[in-house]
Amino acid sequence: MRSMIHFAAAALAVLALLSVLPAVADDAVDPVADASAFQSYFTRKFPHVKLEDFVNGPYSMNEDMRRQWQEIEQFPPYEFALEAGKEMFAKPFRNGKTYADCFPNQGIGIRQNYPIFDEKQGKVVTLELALNQCRLANGEAPLSYVKDEMAALTAYMAYTSRGKPFDIKIPGDPRALAAYQDGKRYFYTRRGQLNFSCASCHVQTAGERIRAEVLAPALGILNAMPIYRSEWSGMGTISRRFITCNSQTRGVPLDAQDDEYRDLEYYLSYLGNGLPISGPGARP
Amino acid sequence: MRTMPLSDGRLSAQSKPERGARKTMRILALALASLLLIAGGAALAAGSEAGFRAAYAAAEAANQEAGRLRDQWTTTVTALAEARKSADSGDFDHATALAKQAEALAKASIFQAESEKEAWKNSEIH
Repeated sequence: MRSMIHFAAAALAVLALLSVLPAVADDAVDPVADASAFQSYFTRKFPHVKLEDFVNGPYSMNEDMRRQWQEIEQFPPYEFALEAGKEMFAKPFRNGKTYADCFPNQGIGIRQNYPIFDEKQGKVVTLELALNQCRLANGEAPLSYVKDEMAALTAYMAYTSRGKPFDIKIPGDPRALAAYQDGKRYFYTRRGQLNFSCASCHVQTAGERIRAEVLAPALGILNAMPIYRSEWSGMGTISRRFITCNSQTRGVPLDAQDDEYRDLEYYLSYLGNGLPISGPGARP
Repeated sequence: MRTMPLSDGRLSAQSKPERGARKTMRILALALASLLLIAGGAALAAGSEAGFRAAYAAAEAANQEAGRLRDQWTTTVTALAEARKSADSGDFDHATALAKQAEALAKASIFQAESEKEAWKNSEIH
């Protein structure tokens, strides 16, 4: 009798374990599988768009807009920022050092590697954050994350990486995987009174119109950053883009470079791995 | 000249002291009524301000909870600011209504944040 009870208890335990296992498997974090599924989703949804063309956002979705953009690119509106960024990048700080001293390869052609997961700091470090950390390390005041100087600097650095594929690494550090997963959660989480997630616009309705605008696909959306936006009448960084998106859903935006935004950038950039940097860009 | 009914049914003219007493009583009653009206109005206004303060505190607490969940809504913030503005101008009824609206919005944002803790997975691309 006792052995029967033991057997029944063991059988129950195995059954319980089996019922839990699929749930655990569902929650397993697999960035490689995510990126593959993400890219397949967009290439299936837009079979006429070449994979590398997704970095051109709405212009890859709409032929009329594409023609307008090609004309705009004859005299790109980000050109002034690009020139300013180049000058700023080369100008020494008061201690005589420059931005180049803070980055691998003197900061040239490295934009495709950012964000990185910095194991020493235990967090995601975006290019914008790295630039301000460089300034602070050299006794300079940090720049605003949303526009002007920061947009100009990142525009120049992106320009030196044009055509290079995004190459975001997720090291073995479990904190890096957690940051990636947190970024994914943020991307799909609905927020604001309009109850929109990033995915509502840039996955589920990518390519469709919202008022006069064509919604850019999430795939490759950060490859073109920073951007000159006609709506802003100026340049804007990735921070500005995230903050604006949150406000547009009637959500109170977080502070630029808060954990959630850096993790979101990490996640989205990783999904763009293999797609070329096209920044700085111009958008309506 | 005022008249009063007598016990035998005839009407008689009122005496001067009686008229004076009635007049004094009327003035006293009027003053008392005014005092009651003023005191009542003040009590009503004080009650309305207290009501606003309670409604505003509840709304602010809910909005802080939404902030803890990283999901505040701009409409909540606007409603709270407008409630404060109305209260500053002395319109406590409107201010209370706005504070209650802010609380409802904040509670909706909390519900959203709580439900999205799991619901986001339904949209994920696999």
